[in-house]
Amino acid sequence: MIETIRGQNLLSLNDLSKDAIIEILNEAESFVEVNERAIKKVPALKGRVVASLFFEESTRTRLSFETAAKRLSADVLSLAVASSSVKKGESLRDTIATVDALGIDAVVLRHASSGAAEQVSRYVPHVRVVNAGDGQHQHPTQGLLDAFTIRQTLAERRGLDPIASGATLFEGLKVLIVGDIRHSRVARSDIAAYTTLGAEVRVAGPPTLLPQSVAQWGATLAPNFEEALRWADVVGLLRLQRERGTESFVPTLNEYTTTFGLTQERASLLKPGALIMHPGPMNRGVEVDSKVADGPQAIIRRQVSNGVPVRMAVLYLSIAGLGRAK
Amino acid sequence: MTGATLITANGAVEADLRVRDGVVREIGPALTPLEDELVLQLEGQWVGPGFVDLHTHLREPGGESSETIASGARAGIVGGYTALVAMPNTEPALDTVALVSFVLAEGARTPISIAVAGSITQNREGQQLAPMAEMAQLGVRVFTDDGSGVQNAGVMRRALSYAKPLGVRLAQHCEDDSLVGSGVVNEGPLAESLGLSGRSTLAEEIMVQRDIDLLRSTGGSLHFLHLSTARSIELVKNAKAEGLDVTCEVTPHHLTLDESACATYDPLFKVHPPLRSSLDVFALREALGRGHIDAVATDHAPHAPESKDRAFDEAPAGLLGLETAASLTYEALGQSSCDPVLFYSVLSRGPARVAQLRANDNPVGLSAQGGALQVGEAANLTAFDPSVQWRVDASALQSRASNTPYADRVMIGRVSTVISKGVLVLREGVLQ
Repeated sequence: MIETIRGQNLLSLNDLSKDAIIEILNEAESFVEVNERAIKKVPALKGRVVASLFFEESTRTRLSFETAAKRLSADVLSLAVASSSVKKGESLRDTIATVDALGIDAVVLRHASSGAAEQVSRYVPHVRVVNAGDGQHQHPTQGLLDAFTIRQTLAERRGLDPIASGATLFEGLKVLIVGDIRHSRVARSDIAAYTTLGAEVRVAGPPTLLPQSVAQWGATLAPNFEEALRWADVVGLLRLQRERGTESFVPTLNEYTTTFGLTQERASLLKPGALIMHPGPMNRGVEVDSKVADGPQAIIRRQVSNGVPVRMAVLYLSIAGLGRAK
Repeated sequence: MTGATLITANGAVEADLRVRDGVVREIGPALTPLEDELVLQLEGQWVGPGFVDLHTHLREPGGESSETIASGARAGIVGGYTALVAMPNTEPALDTVALVSFVLAEGARTPISIAVAGSITQNREGQQLAPMAEMAQLGVRVFTDDGSGVQNAGVMRRALSYAKPLGVRLAQHCEDDSLVGSGVVNEGPLAESLGLSGRSTLAEEIMVQRDIDLLRSTGGSLHFLHLSTARSIELVKNAKAEGLDVTCEVTPHHLTLDESACATYDPLFKVHPPLRSSLDVFALREALGRGHIDAVATDHAPHAPESKDRAFDEAPAGLLGLETAASLTYEALGQSSCDPVLFYSVLSRGPARVAQLRANDNPVGLSAQGGALQVGEAANLTAFDPSVQWRVDASALQSRASNTPYADRVMIGRVSTVISKGVLVLREGVLQ
């Protein structure tokens, strides 16, 4: 169990303690203000070098991380690996060694293969590794920004100071996660974050898209989707990852929408104060109705904005205080 | 050879053994060394027939950066092997007389016996049968598409039927591709938590069951490669009881590692079939101890380092086996409680029979593998020292590759001495 990520890698939320998560969320609160200034920059990581290695296409996460690093005054080496050395047959170890030879303090790594971040952390033990999504395994900063967004929204509504509230707003919170749990790194990180913070998590979706061992993750299967919608304080929708061929796990997209899409009719079953979340990019009309996604209960755009302060917090905690190797 | 326990067909006996002119010349208590003889002092060690590996990927032709026939033979000798069966999933696959002849010729230049398994279908594609009769005329006794199983039941039935009058044995890699999908580790909670696709036990068992049913209709003989699940072993046991000519092997890694080894995403632990649950490991060990397994076979699969320096799902499957198999078999058989007769049975006599290098106790043709340690027989002998402790040094392996999952593991028991075709090729663990 990791009690703080200060000077540590962030590979997964599975082994993070409640204190470690709260520390990140609190640190992120302090960076929210930076993002509201006219000059959005602090010198926290001045002189530090962050390599952003995306072995898998991504615009949102990459922009979010690089913005976060730049606002901390770090130098950012940005490598679009997906289109370069890998296609020339270079091994993962060699690619990392090449980047490391340029002199870096941290790597932000996105990879289509589960476990890639953990492997890289073994290749370059003196460099901090922040997992920006590895295959179907983990997407820790997404889990953190989702938790951050929930706490921020609920604290605002109740007139509380989010930092002072600690993890109390998660105690007894009912979270429903819907869709392709099986192939989703977001689901794994969300479930880890929410359950560690004290929330109760249920999952719903077609049986072919649900893991058999979800109970071992601390979540339970919702036997009835409509009832679960009535039950939930927060509904987290997952993207049906058509680019990964998950379409073959359901008969048709239309049938998915009919059975598990958050249509306007289903959204009307939700508690008035329930929150609707989505990690993006959305398949409007598939997992969520367009009007519902833009409606008052949705906090989807807030999730995107919060990506920057949460990633600033992660980079800052992970890198600051790290002694220079060599 | 003095001071050792000899493992003969009739059990273990304390006796000395004299080799002269390539054959076992004399066995008896306290033999007197002749003047020109080298005396090997083997106190506390076991001496039995040289080991036979049913399942070696020698990678030549096509994969010489990972292994060659010569380097694989050296690794085999260090591991105690005097005979290896070369698997046909080379590039190109061993599916013609010319290719088989090449491997046999290269093998003949090594100090040990290199037998060849030909492929069942052309280019191992699972469609058109390979010329098995022509290859059988060269002495090929085992055919397999190993690396993948013959997926199509109709093709497999045709192959069994065609092979029967040739007197050869088909060997199946049992995994149903439609159930395996893109799986890379054992299907189950661990795979789900790691976000890795699973290869289910069902994929193996369903093909074992299918092939037993096919064999019942065609007759002939069939060997099951690297079985990894409790149920597979049970199915084979029942088929044997029914009187079908089926045999099976397990690998040292499936006997000594479980799926938890994959939890750190180290591709050195990636193998097909995957490392299974601890319950399966337990069942395999129990079956081995009870003599229900015909052979421990390595599935020695060298891969050059760069190919394992990739993400887990992108790295090739397979690991080195020859140089650690004996120690691991000893471990699986309970070390201090290991029965030496059973030990030599699963490493030598059993696999020699499966590969048809030996029928009962009579050598087939010129082969003298898996023998009974009797006077007059060609000397293929391996001495194993059950008391020695050693640490696996991945960089010191004879194999061209170094993809052992056992690096730095402390092992108990090691091969000390190998005599192949009457020649001392390994002495005190050192190649001669």
